[in-house]
Amino acid sequence: MYNFEFEKPGSVADAIAALGTEDAQALGGGQTLIPTLKQRLAQPSKLVSLKGIAEMQGVCTGDDGAICIGGATNHATVASEAGGYPALAATAAHIGDPAVRNRGTIGGSLANNDPSACYPAAALGSGATIVTNTREIAADDYFQGMFTTALDEGEIITEVRFPVPEKANYQKFVQPASRFALVGVFIAKYADGVRVAITGASNDGVFRWAEAEAALSSNFSPDAIDGLSLSGDDMISDLHGTGDYRAHLCGVMTKRAVAAAA
Amino acid sequence: MPKDGGIGASSKRREDVRFLTGAGNYTDDINMHGQAYVHFLRSDIAHGTITNIDTSAAAGMPGVVRIFTGSDFEGVGGMPCGWQVTDKHGQPMQEPAHPILAQGKVRHVGEPIAAVVADTLEQARDAAEAIVLDIDELPAVVDMKDALQDGATKVHDDLNDNLCYDWGFVEENKDAVNKAFEDAAHVTSLELVNNRLVANPMEPRVAVGDYARGTDESTLYTTSQNPHVIRLLMGAFVLGIPEHKLRVVAPDVGGGFGTKIFHYQEEAFCTFAAKACNRPVKWTSSRSEAFISDAHGRDHVTKIELALDADNNFTAIRTETHANMGAYLSTFAPSVPTWLHGTLMAGNYKTPLIYVNVKAVFTNTVPVDAYRGAGRPEATFQLERVVDKAARELGVDPIALRRQNFITEFPYATPVAVEYDTGDYHGTMDKLEEMGDFEGFAARRAESEKNGKLRGLGVNCYIEACGIAPSNLVGQLGARAGLYESATVRVNATGGLVVMTGSHSHGQGHETSFAQVVAEMIGIDENMVEIVHGDTANTPMGMGTYGSRSIAVGGSAMVRATEKIINKAKKIASHLLEASEADIELKDGAFSVAGTDKSVAWGDVTLAAYVPHNYPLEDIEPGLEETAFYDPSNFTYPSGAYACEVEVDPDTGKVTIERFAAADDFGNIVNPMIVTGQVHGGLAQGIGQALLENCAYDENGQLLSASFMDYAMPRADDLPMFDVDHSSQTPCTHNPLGVKGCGEAGAIGSPPAVVNAVVDALQSAGKDVTHIDMPLSPDRVWAAMNG
Repeated sequence: MYNFEFEKPGSVADAIAALGTEDAQALGGGQTLIPTLKQRLAQPSKLVSLKGIAEMQGVCTGDDGAICIGGATNHATVASEAGGYPALAATAAHIGDPAVRNRGTIGGSLANNDPSACYPAAALGSGATIVTNTREIAADDYFQGMFTTALDEGEIITEVRFPVPEKANYQKFVQPASRFALVGVFIAKYADGVRVAITGASNDGVFRWAEAEAALSSNFSPDAIDGLSLSGDDMISDLHGTGDYRAHLCGVMTKRAVAAAA
Repeated sequence: MPKDGGIGASSKRREDVRFLTGAGNYTDDINMHGQAYVHFLRSDIAHGTITNIDTSAAAGMPGVVRIFTGSDFEGVGGMPCGWQVTDKHGQPMQEPAHPILAQGKVRHVGEPIAAVVADTLEQARDAAEAIVLDIDELPAVVDMKDALQDGATKVHDDLNDNLCYDWGFVEENKDAVNKAFEDAAHVTSLELVNNRLVANPMEPRVAVGDYARGTDESTLYTTSQNPHVIRLLMGAFVLGIPEHKLRVVAPDVGGGFGTKIFHYQEEAFCTFAAKACNRPVKWTSSRSEAFISDAHGRDHVTKIELALDADNNFTAIRTETHANMGAYLSTFAPSVPTWLHGTLMAGNYKTPLIYVNVKAVFTNTVPVDAYRGAGRPEATFQLERVVDKAARELGVDPIALRRQNFITEFPYATPVAVEYDTGDYHGTMDKLEEMGDFEGFAARRAESEKNGKLRGLGVNCYIEACGIAPSNLVGQLGARAGLYESATVRVNATGGLVVMTGSHSHGQGHETSFAQVVAEMIGIDENMVEIVHGDTANTPMGMGTYGSRSIAVGGSAMVRATEKIINKAKKIASHLLEASEADIELKDGAFSVAGTDKSVAWGDVTLAAYVPHNYPLEDIEPGLEETAFYDPSNFTYPSGAYACEVEVDPDTGKVTIERFAAADDFGNIVNPMIVTGQVHGGLAQGIGQALLENCAYDENGQLLSASFMDYAMPRADDLPMFDVDHSSQTPCTHNPLGVKGCGEAGAIGSPPAVVNAVVDALQSAGKDVTHIDMPLSPDRVWAAMNG
């Protein structure tokens, strides 16, 4: 890796100030950024670790009942402390391996928006609110394609708020090597309807499957998916599966998520 | 009663104490005073002509000691190939030059072009980025059959074409084999791929070169399975350093699996550069570099045909294989698809006529060489797949068809040039049937179906040739080295022993099992025996560890040396006991006179050897140290029968292994626990090949699976609890321990069992699927089911 400055501020304000340096880069758990640096594929002037900011740590319940997770909270903490939203805790409990879960953060994952990551599906599937140092962004507006988000330069995720659904589940079919999601489907049933968010499959990153949402909103059972299908044309096609295979898995995993939803 | 020491005891692996407590001494743990680091600038394109390398700016960067390019190695030998195959016309294979650093052209992604030696690794990497490099890209040759088309781009301009050799075996049998196919009642044919693999030992390769200006001695510390072979190849063929001025040390090595047999450019470079720079030079491979510079394994494309008569007896086998050599010939690459593959095509069956054709092909990919099993997995996979397919076509039980065709009388001379000394194929199959609970399979299948899963049972046999090998035989077959093994047994004055072996342990547990053998022979505690290996300075010339040869060949050398020790010790004891040498017996570490209560302890005899006050100096020399070289008279032939039960999720194509049973015949066993561990590891790698591992290139010669993000290694939760048995034992008849070797069996025997099981599962659901190419990843299985 190339040399860089390192800062570990104790407050959001200090972090934002530190990120004002040209080519500075925020560092969450480093699960993507550190390997990228080791490969010399990025050359930030400064890394600003967000891990020392107490106000960005931990899980709590908001006045509206939403589960609020600090942007620098690692996956293991969410897995153990987000019991108020069991499907979210279970999602976090199955990201990567223990080492990843003890380093990686929710803010880092959502800021990176890897097309095969789990948290984007949970956030979009839950209609979460992405809270930054400057504003609140609805998940529907936040995800803008593979590795692309609504975040501006120097803007950091301080908190993510998940409204708790009546029922929810995440089903991940893993890519055999990386064990990222080859296809991951997060479904959540709210009073005003069902949301279905799919990661791993699309060339455009995480997306909502509108037809499945409509069908499940009127009949929340696996059978409701029968006859529905997605096109493989715009899906990722690689060593681990064609677009058509991924499209097929979207249906299978959606059904399984409905069946398992609790 | 299990023994608590000696041969047959499951002694705990003594070396694990240091490995598991961070006290191992791996090559990367070695750091020399004044050491510099090298970073290799490697080609990121598969095929091209180097038009410009300008290192002038890089050479002036901080910390740079020196930058080397191909021009620094003009006049230096290239990487040698250790085996020359003769083609079916009697002509030698085409053998291209293999430079240390690219000379004018690059021929695969990962080929080293320049080497930057600097004070720190980061400085070396910085400088490498400042090298100006221009390469005119040429079309890449990736697919083997395309490579052999008329007018195909040549990987090597100075060769006739991309065909390394066209090998026919046994060429004289070809017409008879063809006739047998014309006369056959049934012919089953199958086209299949034996997928390319990356070995991925836990420890990446490392090399540290050191040069002592005062004595003109070079030392290479390297992650090798055979330091003497590296010394011989590098000293004699590459750098021109005589053995007495060159020492090669392979200390603790964290896994080899074949890929650390070979002599690599980085080893020669570090040795060369240490002298050129007058500083130690170290290279530690990154995992990313390992994917594009460690020799790969397998990569065969095969058509196999099996002829049967009206009674389902096998009458002939005919195969045509394309074997990928990659861009250059790695050290033993030519031998793998030929002598390590063709000679095993009889398998466990008395097929009278066999013809094997292998076309070895150059492509713009990383060189391919031996990987755990080396040729024998490729032979076993195609044979056991085609036998299974034949059983399904004929509607007969796959086990019954195998049993009907088993070789039952030994020794058995196959039609492919080898003679099996012993075996009991019905015996291992009987054991497998008992372990596998095949009667209970129908109920287990019904249970799986209730859960929406398809269940399949796959069975296969295997035979392998281990204990490589009789030197005179392999010399006739093209080996450019002998394949004996050596041991020096040094008895110290107070009775402890140091055994210096030419074998090398890189995970096999030799320090434990070899000590068990010597301790048993003398009747002393195995903790009195220390095993030393891995350093050419203090071990006799030996050929190293691969091909499941160490206990069979290295162990035999150790037995021979220990016998010499015992014979001399008996002479000393007879003197001390004032008895005839013929009457001296050695038991439980004491020499006694037969029929009397007169005895002398082992330690008294060894002390007398070094303090020869009362000693037959007129008859024998003082001291107690003996060396033996052992050259086997034949290969050994471990065999076995494996069974795999899988569940297939029909909705996703995901295969899970529910049960796996392995019944092996390894002959006599020194340490059953270590043998079980070897089988477990082999099974994990075989199942990895069958389900997960896929080294894939795109049409431009770019490696698609260049990291663990895309190359799927088997993990613990991909594997079931294994049921392993090695109680079927037909001892080898020609080595003193009666041992056969166990290191590769699991990797050889398991892939066909997995694929047979998946095909069984899919056919149980009425799917017309007769074969799926490995790895049987979910997408491939789903595509086959929905094709």
